[in-house]
Amino acid sequence: MNAGDSLEARDFGPLTRTDFVRYQGASGDFNPIHHDEGFAQSAGFPTVFSVGMLQAGLLATYCTDQFGPANVRRFHVQFREQVWPDDVLTCTGTVAQVYEADGERRVDLDLVVTRQTGGVAVRGQATFVLT
Amino acid sequence: MANKQAVGMQGPAFDMAVERGKVREFARATKSEHADYLDDPQPPIPPTFLTTSTFWQPPEAAALWRELDIDVRRLLHGEQEYVFPKGPPRAGATLTAKTRVESVFEKEGKRGGTMTFVVTVTDFTDERGDVVAQARSTAIETGRPPA
Repeated sequence: MNAGDSLEARDFGPLTRTDFVRYQGASGDFNPIHHDEGFAQSAGFPTVFSVGMLQAGLLATYCTDQFGPANVRRFHVQFREQVWPDDVLTCTGTVAQVYEADGERRVDLDLVVTRQTGGVAVRGQATFVLT
Repeated sequence: MANKQAVGMQGPAFDMAVERGKVREFARATKSEHADYLDDPQPPIPPTFLTTSTFWQPPEAAALWRELDIDVRRLLHGEQEYVFPKGPPRAGATLTAKTRVESVFEKEGKRGGTMTFVVTVTDFTDERGDVVAQARSTAIETGRPPA
């Protein structure tokens, strides 16, 4: 593994309202804007939209499935576009650097979650130990 | 606008038990079927799992957010970071969480007027008092409602 290498892309979705509700129940974020149609519309949105932390969690899964759950050292996301019902999200990643730190061989990753429109939903950076 | 005087203020310390069933539920909700999450009796937590600390927060934790005085109709989640210096904690651990307001600052937005950024940091310590995880959250109060 070297700087500049690309990770294999992975799709999640089409996302459903049930995916949003399931994540809200698991996470404890019960903001009605993600599941209550009337509430979302009264706030000026066409319908409910996904929880940012669900996209973040899917990106985390993209990483942990490849590098191993116990190997995460840092996970950082910036939220961009909202994610809507029926969106298909594509996770991609590139290797920023491979290095030694604290007696471990580590990789820094640059990550992107892209909607089917091409819009960026999440940008991320992560550090994992290579084992 | 969010209250800049809140910088440095701290929420109450509270304990959070990391539970196997909760890890499994969270892993499945984020579409992971990794055996380390689903089958290990002491699974590591997923990278964003500590967001579930909300289930353990005492009611007094809300006071910090009242001090910040953010308009929730204009609230966006800007960034989120988790750092695990020695790897993710595992089910069976009891962590003590404490949140502080790290910074409050403004930026001019392209569309929504002046945006106020509120950065909070939560340290999670283990039974020995070592910080085993740190969460850094950036909330954005937009100049007008996001819709």
